Amino acid sequence: MIATSHYVILSLVLFALGIVGLTVRRNFITVLMCVELILNAANINFIAYSRQLGDLTGQVFAVFVITIAAAEAAIGLGIIVALVRLKHNVNLDQVNVMEG
Amino acid sequence: MTTPWMTYLLIPLIKIVVILVVLILLAAYLSWFERRILAFMQIRIGPNRVWPKGWLQAIADALKLFSKEDVIPARAEKLVFLLGPVLATAPALIVFSVIPFGPSDLLRLTDVNIGILFILGVASVGIYGIILGGWASNNKFSLMGGLRSAAQLISYEVPMGFAVVTVVLMANSLSLVKIVEAQKAQHVWFAFPGWLAIPGLIAFFIYFICGVAETNRNPFDLPEAESELVAGFHTEYSGMKFAFYFLAEYANMVVIASIATVLFLGGWLRPFPNVAALAFLDVIPPIVWFFAKVAVFLFVYIWFRGTFPRYRFDQLMALGWKVFIPVSLINLMAVGLGILLLGGPR
Amino acid sequence: MLAWFLANFSAMVFYCLAAVAVAGAVGVIAFRSPVHAALSLLGSFLAVAGVFVLLHAEFLAAVQILVYAGGVMVLFLFVIMLVNVRTLTGEGQYVRRLVPAAVVLGIVLAVLIGVGVVAGGQGAVADPAALTAVAGVPLGNTEAVGWSLYRDYLLPFEVVSLVLLVAMIGAIVLGRKDLGAKEGA
Repeated sequence: MIATSHYVILSLVLFALGIVGLTVRRNFITVLMCVELILNAANINFIAYSRQLGDLTGQVFAVFVITIAAAEAAIGLGIIVALVRLKHNVNLDQVNVMEG
Repeated sequence: MTTPWMTYLLIPLIKIVVILVVLILLAAYLSWFERRILAFMQIRIGPNRVWPKGWLQAIADALKLFSKEDVIPARAEKLVFLLGPVLATAPALIVFSVIPFGPSDLLRLTDVNIGILFILGVASVGIYGIILGGWASNNKFSLMGGLRSAAQLISYEVPMGFAVVTVVLMANSLSLVKIVEAQKAQHVWFAFPGWLAIPGLIAFFIYFICGVAETNRNPFDLPEAESELVAGFHTEYSGMKFAFYFLAEYANMVVIASIATVLFLGGWLRPFPNVAALAFLDVIPPIVWFFAKVAVFLFVYIWFRGTFPRYRFDQLMALGWKVFIPVSLINLMAVGLGILLLGGPR
Repeated sequence: MLAWFLANFSAMVFYCLAAVAVAGAVGVIAFRSPVHAALSLLGSFLAVAGVFVLLHAEFLAAVQILVYAGGVMVLFLFVIMLVNVRTLTGEGQYVRRLVPAAVVLGIVLAVLIGVGVVAGGQGAVADPAALTAVAGVPLGNTEAVGWSLYRDYLLPFEVVSLVLLVAMIGAIVLGRKDLGAKEGA
């Protein structure tokens, strides 16, 4: 039996890596991937505590988080396609004005 | 006398080896059967030279592929290029770990309580082999093939999933063994589930047609359409790596046929399990019934190839999104309503 | 020997999976090519699915593979190939002056949350049978999650499906060809 803290630490490492990637990467696509990573880390926490407490609520919320992650990916990738059409670029620091 | 070593290590290992060897031989021979049957349909003779009467043609083909030069294009992404065939083949083989070939525990590797979800999940990983192979080849035909297959596989996974859920509703379980046992208990095949016969048949047809699309077989073989894309995603592959793609395609055919058998045609059950007068058919062992049904599906695959012209890509997408998804969704709701109002299919 | 092996088997599996998950996450940040980053993230997701199985969440493990590996990452790869990022990756990939700040930020956030979370994680682990029980009857993880989802959390479920609908419409609008036509791009 592995203690819950092990799972939590794994989740924290993934979360921290996601935050780092979110901050340092310029490429919009990679930044989106880092967001997915953070949501995944949250899921590990939800499910680890669902086991710790013997309560299914954590697993149900993980289902919701996965749904939100899928929606976020669809919108994010839609923005990327539109961005490439407009600017021929996916670098975030070149998308700094509101009007195209 | 069984020791833990035997139950945990030895017996599963033997089962794995047997399943893999049978599967790979089946895939190799399927290609030979395909050539013979196509030749018969086109009034030709087909491969009949390798002794005896062409029976060893599949082995000869395999030897030829393995001994050929293995070319990696100069500007390809080496690692991803190598990963492509592996990612295409491995899921097709992994799926067999949960398929029950017969009622006995010895005739399956394991029974997972999320069986059919596991299969859908693992099978969806197979897409990567094709997209990555197409991308890494650094060839526009390969890339087009890879992109087409990504769009096609994602589109057809959806109605396929709905068709599978229809069966799950009828059987009340995700485990493949329990699905077959439910068909036994209800004395029906789920392709004709009592008064739900029409939705059952619709789900069955949708599953099988989507299965043909998922395996990139004619008439949905757009990712490798030779008249427009040379050979599609595997244009740049040769030798061993091509052999793996080849193996993946035929193993996937066997996978789809086996799952269709388990879900819709009663797995290892005899035909008409509701007619007691046919009980003498039980003389034939269950595993023979299973493989006989799989063989029928595989023949239909080859028959399709001999009969239908290839779809255009926009027609393919329209068929998936405008016909199969709405029909399978309405079908699923009809089955759900039917079970809710009238009780399960008995 | 065998008894020890079986007793520690899940721990060994966990450490292997955790190593793969972390390595994959590092790869997402480190690889320059988006395709390699996506592949690395895929490895991480698959390892996390394995972790879910260890946590008695078989249904979520299957959903994780189906949705992330089968859907989301394929979409990522599809878009990466569609926009052909190979030709776009010429300039710098990292915001260099932010690297130390980001590392510090990540660690501080992780420690802050970690302190609270590890403190909350003390105490015995509940009986895993609770995760498969439907109204007291042990049926299976999928059935239990479904029961909880459709009885106790029906309203959130409907709201989430609405979010998906909005996302779908949004993605279709964003993907329309005439979006950039006004600017003549």
